[in-house]
Amino acid sequence: MTILDTAERHRNIDSPNPLDWISPAPAAEVAIRVPAKARSYPIRIQPGLVLACIILAIALLWAVAPGLFTSYDPVQGLPGQQLKAPSVLHFLGTDALGRDLYARLVYGAVHSLSGAIAAVAIGLFVGTALGVVAGSVGGWIDEVIMRLVDVLLSIPVLLLSLSIIILLGFGTVNAAIAVGFTSIASFARLVRSEVVSVRRSEYVEAAFGSGGTFFKVLWRHVLPNSLTSVIAFTALQVGSAILQLSTLGFLGYGAPPPTPEWGLLIAEGRNYIATAWWLTAAPGIVVVLVVLSVNRVSQAIGRAQQ
Amino acid sequence: MTISPVGRLEGTVLPSPVLDVSGLTISYRDQSGTRTAVHGIDFSVAPGEVVALVGESGSGKSSTAQAIIGLLPENGRLESGSIRLNRQEIAGWPQKRLDGIRGSVISLVPQDPGNSLNPVKTIGKQVAEILIIHGKATGALADARAIELLERVGLNQPALRAKQYPHELSGGMKQRVLIAIAIALKPSLIIADEPTSALDVTVQKHILDLIDELRREYGTAVLLVTHDLGVAADRSDRLIVLRQGRIQEQGPTADILANPQSAYTQRLLADAPSLNIRQRRVAAVAKLTQGEADDIIIVEGLVQDFGLGGKDKGLRALDNVSFRVRRGTTHALVGESGSGKTTTIRTVAAFQKPTAGKVIVDGLDLSAPPRETLRLLRKKIQLVYQNPFGSLDPRQTIAGIVEEPLLNFEPMARAKRTEIVASTIEKVGLPLDVLQRRPHALSGGQRQRVAIARALVLDPQILILDEAVSALDVTVQAQILSLLDTLQRDLGLTYLFVSHDLAVVRQISDTVSVLNGGKIVESGAVEEVFEHPQSAYTRELIDAIPGKKYPLHASRPISTNSGNI
Amino acid sequence: MARYIFSRVGQALLVLWAAFTISFVLLQAMPGDAVLIKFQNPEYGLSAEQIADIRAAYDADGSVVLQYVHTIGNFLTGDFGYSLQAGVAVSAQLAANLPSTIRLAGLAFAAAALLAVIIAVLSNISGFGRLRSFIQSLPSLFVSIPTFWLGIMLIQIFSFRLRLVPVINPGEWEGLILPVLTIALPISAPMAQILLRNIDEVLTRPFVSVARAKGASHTFVLWRHVAKNAFLPVLTVAGVLFGELLAGAVITETVFGLNGIGSLAEQAVNFQDVAVLQAIVVISAAAFVTINLAVDLLYPVLDPRLKAKLGGVA
Repeated sequence: MTILDTAERHRNIDSPNPLDWISPAPAAEVAIRVPAKARSYPIRIQPGLVLACIILAIALLWAVAPGLFTSYDPVQGLPGQQLKAPSVLHFLGTDALGRDLYARLVYGAVHSLSGAIAAVAIGLFVGTALGVVAGSVGGWIDEVIMRLVDVLLSIPVLLLSLSIIILLGFGTVNAAIAVGFTSIASFARLVRSEVVSVRRSEYVEAAFGSGGTFFKVLWRHVLPNSLTSVIAFTALQVGSAILQLSTLGFLGYGAPPPTPEWGLLIAEGRNYIATAWWLTAAPGIVVVLVVLSVNRVSQAIGRAQQ
Repeated sequence: MTISPVGRLEGTVLPSPVLDVSGLTISYRDQSGTRTAVHGIDFSVAPGEVVALVGESGSGKSSTAQAIIGLLPENGRLESGSIRLNRQEIAGWPQKRLDGIRGSVISLVPQDPGNSLNPVKTIGKQVAEILIIHGKATGALADARAIELLERVGLNQPALRAKQYPHELSGGMKQRVLIAIAIALKPSLIIADEPTSALDVTVQKHILDLIDELRREYGTAVLLVTHDLGVAADRSDRLIVLRQGRIQEQGPTADILANPQSAYTQRLLADAPSLNIRQRRVAAVAKLTQGEADDIIIVEGLVQDFGLGGKDKGLRALDNVSFRVRRGTTHALVGESGSGKTTTIRTVAAFQKPTAGKVIVDGLDLSAPPRETLRLLRKKIQLVYQNPFGSLDPRQTIAGIVEEPLLNFEPMARAKRTEIVASTIEKVGLPLDVLQRRPHALSGGQRQRVAIARALVLDPQILILDEAVSALDVTVQAQILSLLDTLQRDLGLTYLFVSHDLAVVRQISDTVSVLNGGKIVESGAVEEVFEHPQSAYTRELIDAIPGKKYPLHASRPISTNSGNI
Repeated sequence: MARYIFSRVGQALLVLWAAFTISFVLLQAMPGDAVLIKFQNPEYGLSAEQIADIRAAYDADGSVVLQYVHTIGNFLTGDFGYSLQAGVAVSAQLAANLPSTIRLAGLAFAAAALLAVIIAVLSNISGFGRLRSFIQSLPSLFVSIPTFWLGIMLIQIFSFRLRLVPVINPGEWEGLILPVLTIALPISAPMAQILLRNIDEVLTRPFVSVARAKGASHTFVLWRHVAKNAFLPVLTVAGVLFGELLAGAVITETVFGLNGIGSLAEQAVNFQDVAVLQAIVVISAAAFVTINLAVDLLYPVLDPRLKAKLGGVA
């Protein structure tokens, strides 16, 4: 009785993002005698997932076409409408300058989401490139890259992004770069471990055994099979990047006022917490819902790949 | 709660069965709905009897065993039926109530000793635990009893073993520990679920002997779940043949082996290599002894060291291994785990450089292969792996997998490639509509055929078969062996066949080398080695082959059901 | 074994040195003495002698390489330079702020661990109903909440609405309740997720079936067999949890207006006070490295498999 080669599944415990510490799934030792009938996965409606997709779709539409969702101006306040409680006219109320909070949330989507996506793109490209090189070339190059990754991981994420912000200065773009930089190490780690485990698989040896060259095998087998897990991880990182950017925005290191960035909205609303609590509550709930949805979708992607 | 086992009746005419199962139906829930794994089966086990539950994968044998001891997986459900243990109905019992009889009245010897002991608890504690749970002993007394039990199952230095952790013991020793746990409270029934499938053949024999001995001593009944007909034939009083959750046949073992009633049982018996050990192979090359030597593989004085480099003593995996393989024949490398057989073929396939020694494959010297030699070699020699689940890229279509080797050599028109791929797929007995599918949509046997097709597409002269049929069910295994035989005759292939299963080796090979601890202990023509083994190790190996109790007639024709799976 | 400890300590020192270098490159290796020019800003109110002192301390007139060597020497002797905002030695600032942050983070860590264990235990004894799925969904909710918002909301709910915890002049320990909760809730999420997943994974291992077949109850198996196996891997993320804890402290101290390393870091960024931030970065890296080293050295003691492996090598 033979036990299937348990590919070393990666539990990315060194990533700064807590969610990455959870490995995609325990690689169950699958006995080969398991009936090999084609497994079919009928699509079962998962209400949570559907809801998550709807929330994300709305958030994306807010970012792309905010004008469709509100007729108020996000920056110009209405005279005499300061600090109004939620009503039919302003259903999330108005802030101290008479600006409609809902409009500010809608127009803020583009700042929060594009920043997060840019940040993740930096981590994804640089990290993946480093991981692929380290995992496939091996040797001292692998050693050097992975030691560098260790060092990056040794500095707490927030402090690392604060250091970069000190270097680059405040602003939306700089905040995105700072957040992106912090995710390079975790991407590199994940990709390297996937590449290494795929390289150890028998189908890769078989490909070399039938005369395949290094680059052919890398392109045909190693990359497609090792980069699938990166997709779910990327989605997960978007969620964490939204959180990190809102934190930097809240601390005042991101977009300057009057930009309606979500973290900044919370910071501004905070001054009126005793009298106008909705100014703080609403943007926070939006952030929580969007991050929850991103994580839910990422989880679904991860499961589908199993 | 304590439930005293119903005493084994003595002198009565009809002893009531220890276990009486009727109408047992088990189903599993998964994403696609509910699937019934066992369809209303009936059987019973008498006191002190060994009943073997035999079947291939998906037969429901393990589900049946798990249901009896109340440990079905979370998604499994006992739909209906009754399970009477010592005349007591336990089918509907809640887990809490079952806890009272598990371990004391009914116990388990599991399948995979390697993972069946808690890695962070000592052996002694894990044995003593069963006494503590059932309130039979506590503290120092339980520990002392545990050491006695370890001694009883034949572990040397039991006091030391009790203080060790599972990873410090070999697989066979771990299985002995698990047997000690199973017999600790002298239960009336032991369920042995594939107790030796993960062990080497010589260890398997010792473990089965031990179970036999203890069973006799304690009068315990055993329900032996196994896929290995040879083991079942040797060790059971009665046989139950399961297929897809239904009983095909049951009765006294000797009767079924002598005169199987159902067609399925007949096929199983015919396909089981261990029961057909006297079957002779018709050599693929007619005149084996004539003509000048035409050795396609020459291995001389091969040494392979694995070390951490530096001054550390490395591990010598191979020590002075030499053998020759004649063109068009099958040479088998036989050995238990750690014998060096896999290392040998990886060197012959040029996946690693030998530390010393010479490997010549069809005139190409691999000791110092320049790049071009290596590429030439790839066209001559191909490897088929044990595990078709791992050796096929899950993301590629079958067409892509089989075509790939062609892309690595001189450019070829697309139409030509498609044609070669299609004809190769037909050669291995697969329908052409598999070409657009991916590996996960195929059965294990079909995947192994794809792996063979990929190996054949370059038109090689040598196939290295690394345990290529070991992971397959016996009927599928017979089909693949028969396919390999046909291909060898049609294409004049040379096989280097690596296996731990001597019965299979005897069926398929012309010559054989027996490896032990990285050295060749014996080598020669198959019949010669099997009939007159020279070394003690080979004799022990051959003795350990199960299925000798009821040797079938040598006249039985070789099975040729090589149709599509 | 001795060799293992030696190589682990060596690696830790190497990582620490590299972390220092990175922080130096990011924060101090600016062209010329751009950083030092700021000191001459009259707003900081530094005297000419102080500026000269600082310049000398930084080796401002030397090359970047010399500055690097100088700074590393200073760090090794516990001299982290001057805070330009406060005009005092960074080491003094750290000494004043470290204890309160350690207390906050320590309490938060304990609370988070407790919460994680409660979630894991509840989820494993609550059958398979809605309660279980509710409990299991808690960690993914917790991990999606921005820490700063959580803090504000806790103040809003518990102080302003329910008036349970005073915000103005709270008692020493009373004032810690909400900050500790703010840090603990998000940190408990990954801990609980790891525990839950490990428990699920361990429960599928064959030795659990064997234990059940001995007649052990589900609860017995959970405590005697699953717990240790499921808990051990959590240790390996201790270092990362520390980083999270520190990030939580930065945000929470800011939100609640508490003194500590976190608020120090926030002010350092606001005032471009690089010396302070570099000191904090290096100290956190040192703490991270130490924690990981401790886990590495502790793990073989707890896991017999690893001990054997090391025994074989050494």
